Formats: sequence, C-alpha cells, structure tokens
Amino acid sequence: MQSSLHSKEIFWRKELDLQSTNLVEVCMALTIVSQIFPREMIPAVLPLIEDKLQHSKEIIRRKAVQALYKFYLIAPNQVQHIHDKFRKALCDRDAGVMAASLHIYLQMIKENSSGYKDLTGSFVTILKQVVGGKLPIDFNYHSVPAPWLQIQLLRILGLLGKDDPRTSELMYDVLDESLRRAEINHNITYAILFECVQTVYTIHPKSELLEKAAKCIGKFVLSPKINLKYLGLKALTYVIQQDPNLALQHQMTIIECLDHPDPIIKRETLELLYRITNGHNVIVIVQKMLDYLKESKEEYAIINLVGKIAELAEKYAPDNEWFIQTMNAVFSVGGDVVHPDIPNNFLRLLAEGFDDGKEDDQLRMYAVKSYLTLLEEEDALYPQKFLQVMSWVLGEYSSLVTDVDPEVILAKLHSLLKKTFVTSETKVWIMAAVTKIASHTSHSKTVDKLIQEFSNSLDTCMRQFAFELKHLCEDKALMKNLLPFDASCTDMVVDASLSFLDEFVSEGLGRGAAPYKPHHQRQEEKLSQEKALNFEPYGLSFAASVSSSGITGRQSPTGLSFGSDMSGNSGETGHKETNTLKLEGVHKLWGKEGYLPKKENKVGKENEPQTVSCGSLLARQVGDPSASQSDQVASLSEEDKEKQQLASTLFTGLGSSAGVSLMGKADTATQKFKRKSKINETQNSEEASDFQNSAASDFGPLLDTVPINLEDCEGNVHTRLRKVSLCSSDIVEDNLAFETPQSLKKSGLDDRLSDSRLSQSSLFADSNIEIFQPSPSAHCESASKIPLVPSLPEELQQLTHSEVVELCQSDALALYLCKVWTDDSLLLTVFLSNKTNSALNAVNLMFEEAEHFQILESPTYQFPVIEAQSVERCEKRVWMDKICTQGILSGSIHYQSEMDTRLEFSVTLSLLDFIRPMAMTTEDFGKLWLSLSNDVKQNIKMSPSQDSLSAALNTLQQKLKLHIVDIIGNEGILACQLLPSVPCLLHCRTHSGMLALWFRSPCSALPDGLLYQCQKVMEES
Amino acid sequence: MIKFFLMVNKQGQTRLSRYYEHVDINKRTILEAEVIKNCLSRSKDQCSFIEYKDFKLVYRQYAALFVVVGINETENEMAVYELIHNFVEVLDKYFSRVIMFNLDRVHIILDEMVLNGCIVETNRNRILAPLFVLDKVAES
Repeated sequence: MQSSLHSKEIFWRKELDLQSTNLVEVCMALTIVSQIFPREMIPAVLPLIEDKLQHSKEIIRRKAVQALYKFYLIAPNQVQHIHDKFRKALCDRDAGVMAASLHIYLQMIKENSSGYKDLTGSFVTILKQVVGGKLPIDFNYHSVPAPWLQIQLLRILGLLGKDDPRTSELMYDVLDESLRRAEINHNITYAILFECVQTVYTIHPKSELLEKAAKCIGKFVLSPKINLKYLGLKALTYVIQQDPNLALQHQMTIIECLDHPDPIIKRETLELLYRITNGHNVIVIVQKMLDYLKESKEEYAIINLVGKIAELAEKYAPDNEWFIQTMNAVFSVGGDVVHPDIPNNFLRLLAEGFDDGKEDDQLRMYAVKSYLTLLEEEDALYPQKFLQVMSWVLGEYSSLVTDVDPEVILAKLHSLLKKTFVTSETKVWIMAAVTKIASHTSHSKTVDKLIQEFSNSLDTCMRQFAFELKHLCEDKALMKNLLPFDASCTDMVVDASLSFLDEFVSEGLGRGAAPYKPHHQRQEEKLSQEKALNFEPYGLSFAASVSSSGITGRQSPTGLSFGSDMSGNSGETGHKETNTLKLEGVHKLWGKEGYLPKKENKVGKENEPQTVSCGSLLARQVGDPSASQSDQVASLSEEDKEKQQLASTLFTGLGSSAGVSLMGKADTATQKFKRKSKINETQNSEEASDFQNSAASDFGPLLDTVPINLEDCEGNVHTRLRKVSLCSSDIVEDNLAFETPQSLKKSGLDDRLSDSRLSQSSLFADSNIEIFQPSPSAHCESASKIPLVPSLPEELQQLTHSEVVELCQSDALALYLCKVWTDDSLLLTVFLSNKTNSALNAVNLMFEEAEHFQILESPTYQFPVIEAQSVERCEKRVWMDKICTQGILSGSIHYQSEMDTRLEFSVTLSLLDFIRPMAMTTEDFGKLWLSLSNDVKQNIKMSPSQDSLSAALNTLQQKLKLHIVDIIGNEGILACQLLPSVPCLLHCRTHSGMLALWFRSPCSALPDGLLYQCQKVMEES
Repeated sequence: MIKFFLMVNKQGQTRLSRYYEHVDINKRTILEAEVIKNCLSRSKDQCSFIEYKDFKLVYRQYAALFVVVGINETENEMAVYELIHNFVEVLDKYFSRVIMFNLDRVHIILDEMVLNGCIVETNRNRILAPLFVLDKVAES
C-alpha cells in the first residue's frame, strides 16, 4: 500500500513536470512516462502528451511519440482515437521523430497489415532517402546511414508486402538498391543485408531479387567469420522451405557446419536440416540430431530437439524397426522433460494403427519385443514416462508375441514394482498392465504373489488395485469381458444423463428428500431469503446470477460438457465419446450397466511434470538405429569422401537434382504414420466446445438465451421476453418486461422521434458510410429506374428507424434496407423490389453467419414469388453476440430469372444499433454499480459548445441512447443496456473543462466499446 | 525485441542490468549467473550468439567487461551486436576514462538508446544531448 501510494505520488509529480516549461524536466518526465506507467493513469496525462507532439524541440516531440508507443502497448484502445497524430509524427520534418513513430507502425502493422497498405509508398520513399544518404551526417554509423532505421523500415515493408503482389511491386526498386548499397564490409551492413534477404523472401517473389538475395546468403555461409556464418545459416533456414535448391548449392558447407566445434552453429544447422527432412534423408538427419542430444546438457534444447525428432519419426519413418528404436531413444534421452504429447501421440499411433492390420500387429509386436529386451537389463534406469509407455504397450499387446511366456513378462513387471526409483504414478501404470495380462492367462503364480504382497501395502492406491485384481481373478469370465483384447480404441458409450440413477432419485424423493437444485438457483434463493429478512428492495444479484448462469450448461457429472440440459429427460440416449485416449484425467466410473472399473489404459495418465536428469541414459539407446548407416560411412576411408557420402544422403529428395541420392529409395516419400482424421475431428469439436464454454462465461446472459431462441422459429416476442427474463435476475426482468417499453418511449425514443432525421444522420454518418451515404450516381440511377422507393409499414413507421437505403441491385431486382431500432432487438427490414415486367419465382434471401452477430429465428427467408413491379418485405431480428464497435453482416440473394443469379450484399452494424436506454432509480443504480466488476475510466476534453454537464449528458442521451438516471451537482449517472440484457452504467463528472467518464458493466468488452463511442460523439459535437 | 541488457565483469559481478520484461528479483540473480557462465565458457573463435532457453543472447567482450543482451527470435542478432558497440562508443565519447563511477549516467544513456525493448535512438549526438544539458544545469 505504502509503495503504491508512493508511486502514485511520483506519477503526479511527473504530471507536474510535464506541465513545466523547463526542457530538461519535461524531457525526463517523458522518459519516465514511456518506461513505467500505470494503465489507469493514461487518461490523466494523455492530453498533456498530445500537446507535446506540437512542441518546437524535436527531442520533446520524439519522446512524446515514444510515450504514445508505450500507451499503445499497454492500452491500445485508449489511443485509438489519435491515429491521425501518429501519421503526423510519421511525416515530421525531423528524422528522429519519424523513426520513433515507426515503432508504433511496426506494432500496428503486425496486428493488421491490411489497414496500412496505403502507407507503403511513404515507407518506400523514406527508405530510399535514408539509403540515398539524405539524412544529416550524424545519423551515420561507421559511414552507413542510420542502419537501425533501415532495418526497421525493411521489417515493416516485409510485413506489408507479404502475400500481396501489388504492394510488393512498389518496393522492388528500393530493396534492390539496399542490396546494392550495402557493400561495405562491416558488420552493420551484414545486419542490413540479412534483413533485406528476409524481406525479399517474405514478400511476393521477384526472381531477379531472389537471385541477388541467394548470392548474399552464399556469401554469408561461406564467410570465415563465424558470426556471419551463423547469420547465413539462419537466413538459409528461413528461405529453404521456398527454395530447397539453395540447400543443394551449399550442401558441403552445411556438412562442415554439422561438425563445427561450436555447438551453436551445429544446432542452427540441425534446425536447417529439420526443415528439409523428407522420407529419404530422415534416417541420417535424425541420427545427427540424436548425436547432438548426447552432448547437450541444456534442458530446453533437449525438449526442443526431442520434440522435433518425434515429429520427424512419426512423419517419415521408413520402417517399423527404425521407428520403434528412434522412439525408444527419444523417450530415454528426453526422459521426463519430454512434452506430454509425445508419449500420448505415440501410444495413440500404436493403438489406432493404420489401414493395414497386419502391419499394425507387426509394429506392436516389434515394440513389445524391444521393450522386453530393454527390461532384460537388471540395473537399467529408465525415465518414468518411458516406463509408463512400456507398461501400457506390454499390457495391451504382449499377447501378440506367442513365443514368450506371459509369466516372464509378469515377473519383469513385478520386479519393476519393487524398484525404488519407480514413482507411484508409474506403479499404477504397471499394475494396470499386470491386470490386463492376467486377464488372458489362466493362472499365474506371480499374480498371486503380487496380490498377496500389495494387499497390505501402505500405498492405498496399490492396495485398491491389488484387491480389484484379486476379485477379478476369481471371476475370469467377468475379467475377460471387462478387459477385451485390443479395445483401447473402441468407442465407449457414456450415459451423460445418468439415467440409471433415476430409480435411486425417485426412491429418495419418495422418502421425502429435497429435489436437486442447481447452484445458481440455490444462490438466488439464498439471496431472496436475505431480502425477506432485510425488508429492503432487492436488486443486487445481477453479478452473481450472471456468473452462475454461465455454469448452468455444464452440470454433466462426467465432467464432459455435452451441453445437455438436465431437466429430467434422462431417457435420452447416451452421447458417444469418439476418442477414448483423449479422455485423460476423466475417470469414467459409471456406464449404462452401472459401475465400470477403470479402463487400464487411462489409469493415471495425467502427465505430472517430473524432472529427473537422464543425460547418462542416452548412450545405449542411441546405438542401434545408427548401425546400418555408420557401417556404410565407415567403409570409405577418406574424410572428404565420407562427407560427400553424407551430403548425398542428407540432400536426397531435395529440389530437381535429387538424382545424387546414393542410398535413397526411388519411391516418393509418403507419410507413413498418418494420423487418422477421426482425431482431428474430435479435437476440432473439443476446441469448439471449449470456445463455447469460455464464451459462455463471458457473455453469460447473451449466450444462454440465444440457443433457446434459435429453436422457436416463429420468433414470438412474448416467449422471447419470458425466456430472457428467466435467466437474468429480477431487476432485469422488471425492466425488460414491464418498464422498458414505457420508459423507452418516454425517455429516449419519443424525443428522438421528433428530431430523428437529424440525429440519426449524424449518429450513423461515420460508422455506416456504406449504407447511409450511397454514391450519388447509384442514387440517381435507382431513382430513375424505380419510381417507388419502398417505405416502412405503418406499425414500424412509429418506431425509430433509419432511412431506407439501397444495398445492391441487378437488372431484375433491387434490394433496400432499413434499420428499425425496436425495444428488444435491431430489426433489419429488407425490401426486395422486382423491376422487371414478369414475376420472379423462388427468391431466397440468406444471411451468412457472422462472428459478432446473432440472427434470431432463421437466417434465411424465402419469397415464393415476387410479382412484377412490386416490392416485398422481410424482417430479421438481430442481436449482438460478441461485442465489437462495428461489424459487417453479409448475405446474398438468390433468384432465378433467365439463369441462376446471386447478388451479394453487406450491412454494417455498429455497437450503437444494439444499445438501448435502461431505466432505473438512483437507488437501484447504486446497488448495481457496486455489484459490477469491470470498469473503465477516462477523461475527455469537453468542447466549448457543451460546457455544462447537462449539455454533455444530453448529447450522450441523444446520440448513444443512454438513459439519464440522475444529475446531482457536477455529477451525473446514466444507464444503458446491450441487447438483450447486459447492463452498462456510466458515471460522469465535470472538472475544469474535462469530463471524467467511469463505466461499469458485467461484461468486460462493453465499457471499452462504449467509451470509444463516447469519445467520438464528444469530439464531433 | 530486446528482453534485457546486462553489463557483467569477468568475475561474474553484474555492473548494470536493465530488464524490458518483468522478471522476479530473485530470478534475475539466477538468470544473470547462468548468462555469464554461458558467455565465459565460450572461446574467442566461437560465435557471439548463444541460444539460451527460449531466447538468444548476444554478447561482446571489452577487456574484462561483458555486455550481454537477451533478445527474442524476431530481433536481428547482428544489429544488436552492433548496437552494443554503438553503446560502448557513446560511453567512450562521454566518459573520458572509467565509466563505472557514474552508473546513473550510463543508465541515462541506455534509456535514451533502448526503450521498451526497442532500439529508439542510435545517433550519438542526440543520445548525449540531454546529458550535456543536465551537466550544464549541475555546473551552474
């Protein structure tokens, strides 16, 4: 507390300094501001900083731009209204100020390159001037003009020209010049050249430039200077995917680098090789990687490289034997630091197999055999993860190997269980394997011994397993049933509704037990009880119910979110879980038949991070796979020949001259171990459901109501209102169902009806240019062709609405749109006008799914027939699903005249289309205010035209549809809601020409969006 | 992006450190120790860039002093390598001899050159301009 107060004080001092006239003070204050600055204090100093952009001294302007860059980094939306000032800085007469603004532009272009394509020309010109030596001489560094500035510009150009031939066209010249100019042999020119090469290979290619860049890379790679070599390898790695021939040109250099004494160079070379791996050279490359791993001690490098080896092995393995051996090496070298995905993927691969069943069995058999040999060694220490993989494979597939007595395997597992280095997690895996093996052996002494030993173990988990095993052994038939052979991939049916418990529940209810209530219901009841005791009007539960309503969809006790509702219809069929291995961590204890003992392959599969050093283990494992290859190399005595040989094996299958292959096979590389598409599907669906869950928690009330409403296609207003109020709390229910219609008319809408023409055009002029300002020519055209401009029916005329504008038209059909802002949604009224003299049949109107918007009812509408020269109308209700300041809803019209015709159109919708006033008392406001957590504060300057608070508030009321709750002195409170029912509260205070805005809402994005609108409105007026 | 800027002597003592990304104080000590260990273990004919964890180190040795800069993969190693030299040249220009008695000045110089992990100024005269003004104020 003390320190935060202290830092606050510092910042206030800085603010004073900023207002100072002393140059040094201002300078130092700006430096501090651009280093550490709290986000919430930005509004306080932003106007001061903006003033400094006009300062006469370049150093002040430059530092002000740097401060803005900092603000942009920590709170981009707070500076989004001053983008034009960035542009001014870019055009500043001083090179230093311009250079400072480039940091902001690099960041903005990284996030959205398409928005700044128009600046390409400026950046090119600047670079041209810099390269041409137009800057003052003191910008030179070792007689190279402003090298770091050049690098920055090259980066920006690379981002702008990526996948964009037209923009790239503009920069070819200057890139060529940069490549040419940077010929002095100095490190800094190499840095520029490197950046240049990267840019040339990033933008739309031009062969001439590529050639020059390739030459440049060659110079780097061949250089005796080690730093340059590194740079060359890095550049080569970057470009090699586009131009593998380049690797062929430098293959001998790459081979030399592979044996370079500097491990950093080696590692960079391996990175390069990883990019050019294919079916032909995978054996050699993986071998080189494993060799490197043996020497490496650094954990991060091991994790990284092991992941790459596993990936390559899975993709390009030439045969089973090699694959298993490589994976063994990966597990023993990588130890327990390997990424958990690696063992999971490996096991999944084994379990699911490929298209050829025979091949699968061979792979599995080979795996079992190799593990048995590994376990043969008495004192070998294996990483836990490796042991887990081994025991799973042995448990599942050891019965495939007929020439080994199961008793031998059991004995090995038994001895492992007694080892001290085996963690309890691994023991569970081993026990599971023992159980599986026991299920298909008749009677085993080892199992008996094991049961006896662990029945009184101190480890409760092991004891549990021992007892289970004991009981299962007594009933072999049940055991066989429970543990079928090779069934790890079979789908399991999960009864998510837990219908088998119905009897139990009804029995309980019969005995007078209280029915189950979901969490949020209990909470609401608790709150309402409190209210009864307090005798106070209740209106606080908003936040609580918002957060809890997000949870209601996830009551499924299995922990899997099926989105099933639990409203008692437990007769529904169980959901199929498609991929058993994805269910790690989920214990499926209950099925249709009742209790299911754990499927062994899932036991204890949570991959707890364990760090065990395992560097010493790697040597032995690695030996085998290399045998064939090293023999081959050893037979050639001369070192050079050896390298040649290596080169030819490394670079087979690359580029056009793949013929150099000595040992490569003729067939093209095919991906051997292809994942089945099934997995991808489930992953996708999982992602989707994850997304939904996360979305649900953010926009609780929005999402919860929407799916229900989608179902009732009639779109009955009454049911919708009722449903909305069901999931929101009392206060909103009141507001929506009873108060809102009247208050809307009373407070906001009626006022605006009178001056709707004026305020609407000003309100939407900037955000909806597309709709509200159709090009004059189009207007005239339509006017001349269509005598009838469609108009709204009477019942809609009374509501506030926009002008009718034309969306698009063809020879036969014209499309018009009118937005009607109803109380509960945005009503898009679309008019279709048939311009021909014959009727149009089967006209289909369809809205595409938009990220931010939700169309209630169905997104399509069909007109069976539109008579000649007549106008048809359809209405669609829209809600905002995800908050954005502005979004596009696109759609198409499909109709048949002489041929199939499709007309596309798009509608721009702004956040304001979905904001409605929210009437409440000052008391309710206070309570709701306290219960809301997301807040945003900002100071904005008031223009002289609205110097008083009430004037400013009136502007907000008129233009943003906010409801003024109360005005007390120089403070005012306003409330609004985003349809259907997300409230947002605003507190305003005036002080010395500034208007301090303070928003609060249960939804975090809403205040930001509204703030932006407020800023715009206040700036305009 | 530049993550941190260190000046360490051969004995492994940190002379100056500046972080552009938040790192816990106690983690800094460990990081600095490991970084200098990495740099010291390399010979003159090895390259000046080290891959360390998920970022890269660029280092340069001046007599008994190491300047080490941690960067992420988007940064151009050679440009940073030269930035170090530029920084040392600026120090050389400003301080007549020993620099380590005026660490506050070194900090000011560094802050003029690198801000929020970005190289913001490389023009020697401009880097030193505010410092000269400060000195003048101090004199009068």
